[in-house]
Amino acid sequence: MARKFLPQVATANDLFEGDVIYLTADNTWTREHAEAAVAETPEAAEALLKAAEAFPLQVVGPYLADAQIVDGRPAPVHFREDFRTRGPSNYFHGKQAEKTEA
Amino acid sequence: MTQIVTRQGFARETWPEAGVIVTFESLWNGQDLPIERPIGVRLAPDSNAADLEPWFDTMAMVIVPFGKSADGRGFSLARQLRQLGYAGIIRAEGHVLVDQFRAALRVGIDQVAISDEQAARNPEDQWLAVPHFDGYQSRLFAAE
Amino acid sequence: MYSYTNFDAAFVRDRVKEFRSQVERRLDGSLTEDEFKPLRLMNGLYLQLHAYMLRVAVPYGTLNSRQMRQLAHIADTWDKGYGHFTTRQNIQFNWPKLKDVPDILDALADVGMHAIQTSGNCIRNVTADHFAGAAADEIEDPRPTAELIRQWSTDHPEFAYLPRKFKVGVTGSPNDRAVTKAHDIGLRMVRGEAGEPGYEVIVGGGLGRTPMIGKVVRDFLPKRDLLAYLEAILQVYNLSGRRDNKYKARIKILVHETGIDELRARIEETFRRNRRLLPDVDPAIVARIEAAFAAPAWADRPVPDAPRLDAGLASFIDTNVVAHKRPDHAIVSVSLKPTGGTPGDATSAQMRVLADLAERYSHDELRISHEQNVILPHVHRADLPAVYAALREAGLATANIGLVGDIIACPGMDYCALATARSIPIAQQISEMFADLDAQRDIGPLKIKISGCINACGHHHVGHIGILGLDRAGVENYQLTLGGDGTETATIGTRTGHGFAYDEIVPAVGRLIGAYLDARETPEETFLETYRRLGMDPFKAALYGQEEQADAA
Ligand code: SF4
Repeated sequence: MARKFLPQVATANDLFEGDVIYLTADNTWTREHAEAAVAETPEAAEALLKAAEAFPLQVVGPYLADAQIVDGRPAPVHFREDFRTRGPSNYFHGKQAEKTEA
Repeated sequence: MTQIVTRQGFARETWPEAGVIVTFESLWNGQDLPIERPIGVRLAPDSNAADLEPWFDTMAMVIVPFGKSADGRGFSLARQLRQLGYAGIIRAEGHVLVDQFRAALRVGIDQVAISDEQAARNPEDQWLAVPHFDGYQSRLFAAE
Repeated sequence: MYSYTNFDAAFVRDRVKEFRSQVERRLDGSLTEDEFKPLRLMNGLYLQLHAYMLRVAVPYGTLNSRQMRQLAHIADTWDKGYGHFTTRQNIQFNWPKLKDVPDILDALADVGMHAIQTSGNCIRNVTADHFAGAAADEIEDPRPTAELIRQWSTDHPEFAYLPRKFKVGVTGSPNDRAVTKAHDIGLRMVRGEAGEPGYEVIVGGGLGRTPMIGKVVRDFLPKRDLLAYLEAILQVYNLSGRRDNKYKARIKILVHETGIDELRARIEETFRRNRRLLPDVDPAIVARIEAAFAAPAWADRPVPDAPRLDAGLASFIDTNVVAHKRPDHAIVSVSLKPTGGTPGDATSAQMRVLADLAERYSHDELRISHEQNVILPHVHRADLPAVYAALREAGLATANIGLVGDIIACPGMDYCALATARSIPIAQQISEMFADLDAQRDIGPLKIKISGCINACGHHHVGHIGILGLDRAGVENYQLTLGGDGTETATIGTRTGHGFAYDEIVPAVGRLIGAYLDARETPEETFLETYRRLGMDPFKAALYGQEEQADAA
């Protein structure tokens, strides 16, 4: 059964910090989901993953995750990916805290 | 081709060309052993060490297979052979990681035969760098 | 308490040095992630959802004050000021940076601790009864046994690449507080015909995807045969455990597929041979270990008779304090389950308070329980008011041990990369629903256990109420089991029926407890007893009743 293709972002964890990161359109890594490059076709998704895998000295475990476009920006679909954009729910740690610091 | 590794590093093949290597099955099934000497036996991953006991004095070498690196059966097979009193050469053949080398020697393996491809990836200095310090077990069971 | 020999200390330092060089090689690119991953896992370092996580072994749950203070120091220096105690008596730090981990390991080595074999397909950190050496019902302290097993299983050359991970739990008491029947090997101390101590050996227990209660493989094993027998079990498992399917690789599946009788025959045969071939354990080493766990020098002070207690202290003593083997002493359980808190978490400040209390009042000993609490095992009864006052000041005096608020919860999807749903917020909400400790006491003994995925780190199968978080079509969904039991009468709980959404599960638990309160015959009848008497029906009605009526309409 063919599943409807959803837009994809490439995500991984930073090798040094372990933090969640996303590949951008200019082939750098960002900590913001909204800045991620979005692949709109299966072919583009494949190319995006290839590009993400080219940073063995910077990132760990790159993979593709479903995304949706909200206000013109990519946002997560699955709740797991949603949690990854914020941090744990029991403490104000991780990304959610860093955002207010910035 | 394979590369033999011992505690002293990369070594030349010492098994004589005149020697024969038989499988465990042919040893187990056949009554007539070849006349050529020495005889070596290549085990399967699921061989039972105790089954080899009658041939311990005949076998100059036992080859223990190491499949994928996560498959640790070879460690038990080799150790059982030693526990049962086998005194010949034990060779580990297949995918033995550098990080498994110390454990391999500690269970009684004398030499490791790796592929040339692996030998290129894990050159001799990596094997020589493995520290061979004693483990807890040799202390616990020290009283002979 | 056991302290490191020169051999232990040198061994651990060597491993830190080795890991330091591995981290350097990873950072400079000479090790790929594929090569590095098994090496970091061997040193307890995971990559979780938001960050790295370091799992540190607390062997058989025993710590001294110096070690606890060092954990606090690590939390402050390299983490976010807290640590999470797990159901395997380990502590996890949730935010270390890769480059700092070798320094953390060195800091652990400074106090005789490490993170070795807290991961991977090897023999994991040995767990034991958290009341060891203090319990009134104890046949013998299980910790010398656990320490002997720690030494034997550390860096064992034969058993580092088993089909799957391997967990050993030991108890010295007939009341099983160490869930031994849910371990790959469970050891229960028993007495032989002449009264000599030995072990009942249980094999093939485990929770996870296929939960099983362990089976007795040997009724009585003399103490001196322990390691030879363990080697036999491990050797049989290493050679015949399944390696084709990771979900069928635990020894419980081998027991199940081979049958306990056939497996016993194989183990006994291997054991007979091993015992002949394996030299005895050096008696000097055994003697040294046993001496390390000798009872402390008890203080012979009078217990003030019938002191007038304030209400808070009285209920604390009622729920959190149990009998010690010496009548003038007591075992104090410190709950890491404050109302609305994260089960098992302690701040660095709390760790220091616990260390101080241990040093001052508990012969410098602390224990971590698999129920994610901390124990002060040897407190003189005259000191209970002082201990209580200090705990209360540190926010550590929650009087809910064994009650509905004393929930076990794994990290779940707030941290764990394997999780299918969150567990911590569910625990927080349940404990808030029962914030009134008097109401908790009225409900009585009740164990709620929550896991965030099928791996069952939260032991949900053996909770009186078990909660399993799943991902159903992209939405968190929670399944309930009832009637589980992790003690000597170990039982796997039974599923109630379909699961509940994230915002439905806490009210559902509330209905279960309401149904129990309605159905119990006396206030003394516990939740588990009521469930055993009445079965599933009244609870199902409470959970699904309205739906059924709606269906019928
Ligand atoms: S039960 Fe699952 S979610 Fe919870 S800690 Fe274990 S692996 Fe992670």
